[in-house]
This record gives sequence, C-alpha cells and structure tokens, in this order.
Amino acid sequence: MSQVTLKVDNLQVWYRTLRGDVQALDGVSFTVGDGELVGLAGESGCGKSTLGKSLIRLDGRMRHVGGTVELDGKELPIGDSERMNGFRFKEVSIIPQYAMSAMNPTRRIGRMVAELLESRGVRFEGQLNELLRRLELVGLDPEVLERYPIELSGGMKQRMVMVISTLLNPSLLVADEVTSALDVSNQKAVAEALVDFRDRHYVKSTIIITHDLSLVYQIADSIIVMYAGKLAEKAPTDTLVHAPRHPYTRMLIGALPEVGVRYDTKRLEGIPGSPPSLLDPPKGCRFRDRCPLAFDKCAEEPPFREVAPDHAVACWKAF
Amino acid sequence: MSGGPDLQEELAAATPAAPPGAATAAVAGPAPRARGRGEVLYFARRNRKLVAGLVVVAGFLVVAAVGPLLTDHGPNDYVGPPSQPPSADFWFGTTTFGQDVFAQFTHGLRSTFLVGVLGGGLAGLIGMLIGFTAGYRGGVVDEALNMLTNVVLVIPTLAVLLIVAAYLRVRGVVPEAIFIGLTSWPWVARAVRAQTFSLRTRDFVDLARLSGAGGRAIIVREVAPNMSSYLLMSGILLFGGAVLLAATLDFIGLGPTSGISLGLMMNNAVLWSALQLGMWWWFVPPGLGITAIVGSLYIMNVGLDEVFNPKLRKL
Amino acid sequence: MRQYFQRKLGIYVLTFFVAVTIDWMIPRFMPGDPVQTMLSRASLRPEAAQSMQAYLNSVFGLDMPLWRQYLNFWGGLLRGDLGISVWLFPQPVTGVILRAVPYTLALLVPATLLSWWAGNKFGALAARRKWLDNTVLPLGYVLTATPYMWLAILLAWLFGSVTGWFPLSGGYSFSLAPAWSLEFAGSLLWHWFLPFLSLFLVAFGGWAIGMRNMVIYELEADYTHYLESLGAPRRLVRRYAFRNALLPQLTGLALQLGVLVAGALVTEIVFSYPGLGYLVLQAVNNQDFFLLQGVFLFIVIGVLAANFLIDIVYVVIDPRTRTGMRGDTA
Repeated sequence: MSQVTLKVDNLQVWYRTLRGDVQALDGVSFTVGDGELVGLAGESGCGKSTLGKSLIRLDGRMRHVGGTVELDGKELPIGDSERMNGFRFKEVSIIPQYAMSAMNPTRRIGRMVAELLESRGVRFEGQLNELLRRLELVGLDPEVLERYPIELSGGMKQRMVMVISTLLNPSLLVADEVTSALDVSNQKAVAEALVDFRDRHYVKSTIIITHDLSLVYQIADSIIVMYAGKLAEKAPTDTLVHAPRHPYTRMLIGALPEVGVRYDTKRLEGIPGSPPSLLDPPKGCRFRDRCPLAFDKCAEEPPFREVAPDHAVACWKAF
Repeated sequence: MSGGPDLQEELAAATPAAPPGAATAAVAGPAPRARGRGEVLYFARRNRKLVAGLVVVAGFLVVAAVGPLLTDHGPNDYVGPPSQPPSADFWFGTTTFGQDVFAQFTHGLRSTFLVGVLGGGLAGLIGMLIGFTAGYRGGVVDEALNMLTNVVLVIPTLAVLLIVAAYLRVRGVVPEAIFIGLTSWPWVARAVRAQTFSLRTRDFVDLARLSGAGGRAIIVREVAPNMSSYLLMSGILLFGGAVLLAATLDFIGLGPTSGISLGLMMNNAVLWSALQLGMWWWFVPPGLGITAIVGSLYIMNVGLDEVFNPKLRKL
Repeated sequence: MRQYFQRKLGIYVLTFFVAVTIDWMIPRFMPGDPVQTMLSRASLRPEAAQSMQAYLNSVFGLDMPLWRQYLNFWGGLLRGDLGISVWLFPQPVTGVILRAVPYTLALLVPATLLSWWAGNKFGALAARRKWLDNTVLPLGYVLTATPYMWLAILLAWLFGSVTGWFPLSGGYSFSLAPAWSLEFAGSLLWHWFLPFLSLFLVAFGGWAIGMRNMVIYELEADYTHYLESLGAPRRLVRRYAFRNALLPQLTGLALQLGVLVAGALVTEIVFSYPGLGYLVLQAVNNQDFFLLQGVFLFIVIGVLAANFLIDIVYVVIDPRTRTGMRGDTA
C-alpha cells in the first residue's frame, strides 16, 4: 500500500458573486498517492481550476465552505491564508495558468528569484547550483537569469516558471493549464519536463489540470474527470481511456479524434447541451440533462464510489 | 512611439479614471464592453458616485440656465451699494463697484459651461481623429502624427495661449474655447491610438475588412463602439480640464474681453483687494463653483469606471 | 538607450523650433501692421518708441523679406536679446526675467518634488489601508479639482488676511533690503511659505489619487498573484508594486509640467510674488509684449529642459530602457 500525499475530503469552495454563491466545487473527495501524476480534466467551468487554486491560494471571491485537505498526513489550512503561507512554495506549489505574465516585468529574472527566495528565508547562493542544473534540464540557457521577462518567448517563460515553482522541491505541484498557450513542440517539452521532475524527485506528486485529455493520456498515471463541480470518474489512465464507466467520460473520449484514423463516414460527436449553472445547481446527478443513459434513479445524486481498485465513478449505471 | 509600444503602460498612463493631473490613474485599462445597454443602465443607476456627481453638475447647470433669468440686471451693471456682504437683496453680496455678485456668478457659470463643452468637445474630436488615424493606418502616417502629438504635448499650453490671447484685441468665449480645444487633445490622441492599435488586430476588425468595409467605416462601426465607455470618460475629463484652463486664462486677464466668467470674477476680486478687505463673498463662490463642478466630474468618472468595468464593482 | 535619447532630444529641439516660430508668427497673423500695432498699444515716451521701432522693424518690418525677419528673430534669441521691456523701460527683457526666475523656481521645484514624493507615498499607503483610502481619496479629488488660484486665494485670505500669520504680498518684507542675513532669509521664507503650500496641496491631491490607482492596479497584476501563491511576504509584493507604479507616475509628471507652471504663475499673481507670474500680469496690463514673449520663451525652455531631466531619471528607474527596449511611451 503506497503512501498518500494528498487527501481531499468533501471539499467545498464557493465563489461570491453579485447574484449569489456559485458552487464551483461542491463536495469533492479523492487521494493522490506518492509519486503520482494525476490529470484533472473537464470542461470549462467544471471546477478543476478552482480545485487547483484552492489547494494553494484562495483569491478574493473564493470561500472555503466545507471539507478538509490533508497533505502528507498534516491538515492543509486552505481557508486560513496566513497559516497557508508556511506551506506555499515549500510543500505545495503551483505553475499558474498565467505563467506568461507571472514574472515582474521590471526585474531581471535572476534577481527576482533571488529576492523571492531570500524573502522566504532561503539563501540564494545555496540554491544557485540547483537552479542552474534545473535550467539546463528544461533546456534554458543560464544566461536567461540576466534577462527581463519580455525578452523571453512564451515557451521559455513557461519553462522558467516551471523551474521557479519547483525549486524548493514541493510535495505537491499543481500545474494549471500549463500547455494551453503553447505550440505543439513546446507542449511536448513541458509535458516531458513534468515527468522528469517527478522522476528525479524534485516534486513528489503532481496534479495536472487541463482540458486536453490527449495530453494527460501520455503522461498521467491516473485521470480524474470533473463535471459541474463534482467528480465524475477517477481511474488509472489506461482504464479511463479504454474502459470508462461514466457516460460523460465515454462521450468525452468518443469526441477525441484518433491519430491515423480517417473519418470518412463517421462524424466526430460532441456532447450536445451545456453544463448546468452552478448558482443554483440541479438536484440529483448534474449530468442528467445531457446523459443518454439517464433514468429515474438519477434524480438522486449518485455517490462517488469505488467500483474497482483505484477506479471510482459517480453514476448509478456504473455500480 | 513607434510600432510596438508598451501598450500596457501607455494605456495605464493615459486612462481617465482620474484627471490627467493624476495622469496615471487606471485601476483597470480599457473595460470590456458591458453586456448590453440594460445591464449598464442598471449599474449606472445604482452607483452612488455617478449619481451624486451627476446631480451636482446638473444642479449647477440648472443654476446657470435659470439664474440669469432671476435677476433683471446684467452682471456688470452697477446696481447696489458697494462692498456689501450677502443679504436678502443680493444673495452673494456686491463688489467694490456695487455689482451683483450673484448675477455675476450665474452668468459666469454659463460661460464656464460653454467653454467646457466647446473646448472639451473640440479637443475630444481632434484627439479622436488623430488617434484613430494614427492607430489604424500605422506606418508613416502614424510616425508623422506621433511627432505632431509629441510636440503639442510638450509645449506648455498656457504659455502658448498667453501669446495668442495677448495679441487679440477683442476676445470672446468661443475663440477661447477653440484655442483650448486646439491645445488640449494630445493625451486623448495617445490613448485612442494605443487602443486602436490593440483593437485593430482583433478578429472582428479583420472580418469587417474582409467584408469590404473601408477604413473610416471600420473605425466608426467596429473600433469606436468598443471604446465608447473610454471615450465618454475622456470627454468628461476634457470638459473639466477645459473649465480649469479657461478659469486660469481668465484669471490672468486674457479671457473674453466682454461679459463675465468665474475666473474673471476672481481676477477682479484679487485686483481690487477683496482679500485684504475680507470680501469673501466675491471670491469664494466662483472658486467653489469651479471646484464643485470639476470635482463632481471626476467623481462621476470614477463611478463610470465602476459601471463599465465589472471587476471594480463592489460586491 | 542612445536611440531613446536621440529621439527625445529630437522632439524637444523640434518643439523649441515650433514654439519660437509660433511666437514670431502670431503678431504677423493679426490684422494690420504688427509694428504699428505694438507701438500704438504701448504708450511710450519718444526715446522708447524709437528704439522699439528699430527692434521691431528688424523683426517684423515689412520692408524686409520674411525669412530675414525670421532669422533676425533667431539671431536676437541666440544672443540673449529679447528686446526692451515696455513696462520697465529701458531695462532689457532678459534682465527682468532673470531676476524673477529664481522666485518662480523657488516655488516650483520644491512644490513639484515634494508633492510628487508625498503624493506617491500617501497614495501607496491608501491603496492598502481601507480607512486611509476613505479619507485620502475624496480629499485628493477635491484638491485636484481646485483651481490653483482659488486655493491660493483661500490660503491668502485665511492665513494672510484673516489671521495675519503670513504676509499677503511680495517676495520679502518691504522694509528690508536684500542682504545675506538671517533676518532677510527668514523674511524670504515667510513670504514663500503660503504660495508654496498652495502649489503643493493641489498637486499633491493629483499624485495621491494617481498613485493609489496605480498601486491597486499593480497589486492585481499576475506577477503579484504568482508571488503571493509562492508565499512571498507582503513586504516584497508591495515593494514590487510600488516600484512598478512609479513608472507611469514619472511619465505623468512630465505630462503635468505645463499645468504646474501655469499653477505657479497664477499663485504668484495672487500673492504678488515677484516671479514670472507677476511679470506676466504686469506684461498683460501694460501691453508689454516683449516681456510676455520673453516669459513665454523662458517657460518653453524650462519645460523642455525639465522634460529631458525626467527622461534621464526614467532611464535610471526603468531598467528595461537600458537594454534597449521600450519601457516608456516614447
């Protein structure tokens, strides 16, 4: 039985808006094992970014409504920003969605890293060698530390931010849409770097948030699929892609084009309809309105239950 | 300012959430277009700053429109005992010559509003024309217009107006407004250019171009509406700026040669020792009027910024 | 960086040319013979009229080709000859102006620098303390909406006339003669204080508001979020935000120079403070166009020089300009 890095239990995080509370994350439970690379996939607005963000820093409008998070057996006080500071960067870190603009435009990168480290009580000289080593690993010239962010390309900035975020070897790394803004070759480099970091124990476990299933298929150990603020399915990658149990997952996979396959007569099917509003979510299974397999029991919300070792689904039909 | 300016900073340096005096005050840059008129009006009605500012300005406008009708004598007529403090007969007292300060105030308000609208409007038009053209055309046209903008920007406005106004025998409110309009436009042109630059690469402009629309039509129908909130706020700032500049000119004695204005009232007051004689009713109202109007305009602008930019709305 | 300065200098030189040309052109566009117009407006003693006529003819005379007049004008300018003052005949304009400039600078420089510095500090503070924000913001807006002369009038009235704490006019006490004495210095300061305060307050309001908004903007930037996600202390975040917010404030300072000068002029008029503003008033009242023109040129040169100075400071503060990138909006 391997150790568990992250344990999320019935986590609820809502957004305050003018029109009421958006229940973005509504009772989510799962674990991430040591050394695991977990992909977190789903449509826009399904709550995956909220989940990623809430593990490190709640922004102004987010509220921790309920549930707990445990990191390496210790409670992670996500609702208390002051106490969270001790964990940030050192135990849990993030590669943000906005990596392109994540660095101070008027500071040389090296200087910014030094100031950041010093401010967190870490001596820069001690880290310099490690920093240089990692830059080389991701294919960045050490001279990049002398540059300003504006002088770097998008891909270079992404990789730089990856190096910075993982510099202190966090237990958990959250990678939020790290490939969305990149071209294909950069995507590959970044994906490979993520695996590399895990293999070299720079990072213990990683959660990769993405809407690109084909990416996580290649590097993730297991994949979680979210829908409308709740978990739909979690399974080892191969199982999820080849033998999914949740109708939503099945339709997602079915919507993916396959390399080398010609679609002469068959059409790529999307999933008709759109996700429900989370201001006032419907009772029962949230996928019900779009699900071709829906039946009466779906009026009652299905629990997220294990149907096979390491394989959990939230669907009455799957039990 | 050649192609590829640091737009973020340029925008930040010229967005009008506060006066050019504050010069830099963008809490957030150009706002994404509010979803439909209905939503804008909904927030507009509920925004306290916008409503309060509007009420004050409208109040003064009413005074300007109606006030002169309340008195049957002209502002510069000698109608009463000199140097009288406010009384029932003369609400704002009289000047050292026995002129009715209230009449002067209300007439002065009229000229203030007139200059503000004309001067600010003209500056806005020129700024938009130059900004749109430079931003849309780019290239040599852009460079040339930039040079022009920079020169007019750097030249100290009052100094030029001094020279011009000093030479004119007879000066009126309209020429004064025109001069103000001709010198106050550079910051608007800069900001409009920056935004046009960024908007022009967007898809909907490409679409319009593909469907055969000409440059002018694209600017009028696609680019400008996306900046409408910004243009409105800039217009308000220009109005305020014109009022202040006109008051300064009048105060130096280079305002309209006939009639009365708030700046001229202050000029006269200082000239005729109202300070030493303690005739506060002569110099307090005109300055207070300008401060109130311009201040309300600035507050309105802050309110407008909140209305147009959802991120700023208080929850 | 060299390109940056070359560009800036180019603009300033061009602007100077334009300003001088405008100055020379305006009288020509007015109806009538400019020489006669000027002579008739200035009620002069015969000797004055004669030397005036000579100078005027060289500059505006209709018997000479245009380009000659223009060159004569430039020639005089470069020689430091701005003509003879009508009001203070027979003193040359240059001398009159040079005696007034120190007073104006004494007001402008401290008021500008201090208000910029203090306004930025307060604005930054207001951006992070709600209670301060609620007082600074409305106060700032009122101050910046106040016409410079009106605040000057109010201060002069309240602290000069009503309470009598400060003098109402002059650069120093009329009973004193200029001397290197403590008493004279004290008198200078005493007369200087209210006009300085007036200028300072109005400008302060504008900077405070601007800085507050800029800091808020920076505190919402992506790089701030990233730093906070990595647990950076507020100290570091604020330092970065402040530094970055200063840049547009500096650009704003350059843009505001013309307004500040105008403010100084009217403030001097209110206090009869013997600087350029006072000269302007006298020139207008006495139809002394040479003096007015001289003041105009001085102001233009001063503003251009100040702009250039600010450009230099900008390069120092924004490290990106040194590597040849566009850090500012030139």
